[in-house]
Amino acid sequence: MVEITDVVCSLCGCVCDDITVEVEDNKVTKVKRGACSVGKSKLMGHNRIKSPAIRVNGELKDCSYDEAIKKAAEILAASRRPLLYGWSSTVCEADKVGVELSEELGAVIDNTASVCHGPSVLAIQDVGLPSCTLGEVKNRADVIIYWGANPAEAHANHMKRYSYVSKGFWTEEGKKAKKLVVVDVRATKTSKMADVFLQLEQGKDYLVFSALRAILYGHEEVVPDEVGGVSKKDLLETAEMMKGAKFGATFFGMGVTHTGARQNNIVNAIQMTRAAHTHTKFTITPMRGHYNVAGINQVCTWETGFPFAVDLSRGYAWYNPGELSATDLLIRQECDAALIIASDPGAHFPGESIKHLAKIPVIQIDPFPNPTTEFADVVFPAAVSGVEAAGNVYRMDNIPIRLRKLIDSEYPEDEAILKRILDEVRAIKEKEDK
Amino acid sequence: MGTKVNLISGRTTVQGRNLDSKMSEEYFEEVARCDLNKADMEKLGVAADESVKVRTSYGEVVVKAKEVAGTPEGLVFIPMGPWANALVSGDTHGAGMPSYKGIDAEIEKTGDKVLHVKELMQTYM
Repeated sequence: MVEITDVVCSLCGCVCDDITVEVEDNKVTKVKRGACSVGKSKLMGHNRIKSPAIRVNGELKDCSYDEAIKKAAEILAASRRPLLYGWSSTVCEADKVGVELSEELGAVIDNTASVCHGPSVLAIQDVGLPSCTLGEVKNRADVIIYWGANPAEAHANHMKRYSYVSKGFWTEEGKKAKKLVVVDVRATKTSKMADVFLQLEQGKDYLVFSALRAILYGHEEVVPDEVGGVSKKDLLETAEMMKGAKFGATFFGMGVTHTGARQNNIVNAIQMTRAAHTHTKFTITPMRGHYNVAGINQVCTWETGFPFAVDLSRGYAWYNPGELSATDLLIRQECDAALIIASDPGAHFPGESIKHLAKIPVIQIDPFPNPTTEFADVVFPAAVSGVEAAGNVYRMDNIPIRLRKLIDSEYPEDEAILKRILDEVRAIKEKEDK
Repeated sequence: MGTKVNLISGRTTVQGRNLDSKMSEEYFEEVARCDLNKADMEKLGVAADESVKVRTSYGEVVVKAKEVAGTPEGLVFIPMGPWANALVSGDTHGAGMPSYKGIDAEIEKTGDKVLHVKELMQTYM
């Protein structure tokens, strides 16, 4: 038995890097400390896709990697409008090859941000983001706001490692000396811990941000007695708490991005943070979901200039979320083939867009069977990044962290599979050119 | 005609624990359900674990009902996954982001069975 320390979790955007596991006979046998129950489940492993496979007469038939590579490359090379989607549960090294493959194909490349924090990206491009690292939050923040986010369920170590419950250099007393504000439409495990819980009416986030902005700028007289289901008294109390912070940190989640005004909600959240700057230090940070969704946004930006929804069919990068995001392409039935990697649109896309995805040839690269596998036409099992493969990822605050390899895998890494598909596509194109 | 409700979806711990195990029974039990408050459960005449049909303009799905205190009246929460998303429109209003929350829906008691994930995916073929 070997004990491995400083293991990095490849599940959510927290990317906890203080985990200890035991490994025996090339298996993770125990997660001793550091991981939450979700991360532990990831490290301990699940049922795998056992073999590459190609769909024949409606059934997936096992085949060799060589056969699957050939078939995948044929599908992509013959496609007139391929979509390459996912990229958030793998490492940056694979994402880089993904962009190269998209360029070779003249494809649209999009990632899970488009159904997650895409609106946050749009808002940040619009008005910037007064943010900081999670280390700064841990060491400095004494007022924490979670808005439309439920970290107690979705990012279970976030409060313990970085925010409300953590103890840092200037926050050595931990939560005793901190205030927690939770804003949500329903009571959650997180809201139960809050000093102040603002339960707003669903979809009224924009109004409540505006009310807090007005109060923080000294115009409480314009705020009515109730805004979006929240009383003026509670809004005034929250604003006082924000003003009194030595260092405040707002974290926001899908409750804000998935609803109503979308990116305009986030613009308003950022402007509320700016309003707080007239009194004290305040920051704001999106609660990124997948462990490397921030990373694919980085890679896609440094390779193409844009973070998601990028069309490479024109010979140069063209960015237009709302037109080129995966959901939009699928609804318009525009793409005629798709490569899905490190994500699961079968489970996480609207039913309306899955209908088209189920009709076109789909290539899937993933360690685990999931609803996307049900309609995938070529399936590649891959090594699990962070367990069986190393590589770089970006935490939700855009800090790069290197995932460690804990055990050997019988499956190739995502990067290796993509490189082989790219080589095969190039070979097909060379042949066609002759 | 069912009762009009506002539908939202989102993450849960058990859903997260099964992100890489979506074909499992635990994922099915967790995700093919909807949270309602007590008054709404009574209005619909459903007990815990009885089936309800949720319908929107984009689709309908059968899930198990669960009473959850702290869920406001008229709000229904379905954990993110294939069952919730069967009810979501693909219209992104030019933002790339579908409306996963704040969907007008109708809900009613049903004797229909909850489809397993494989059966649900078959409906798209």
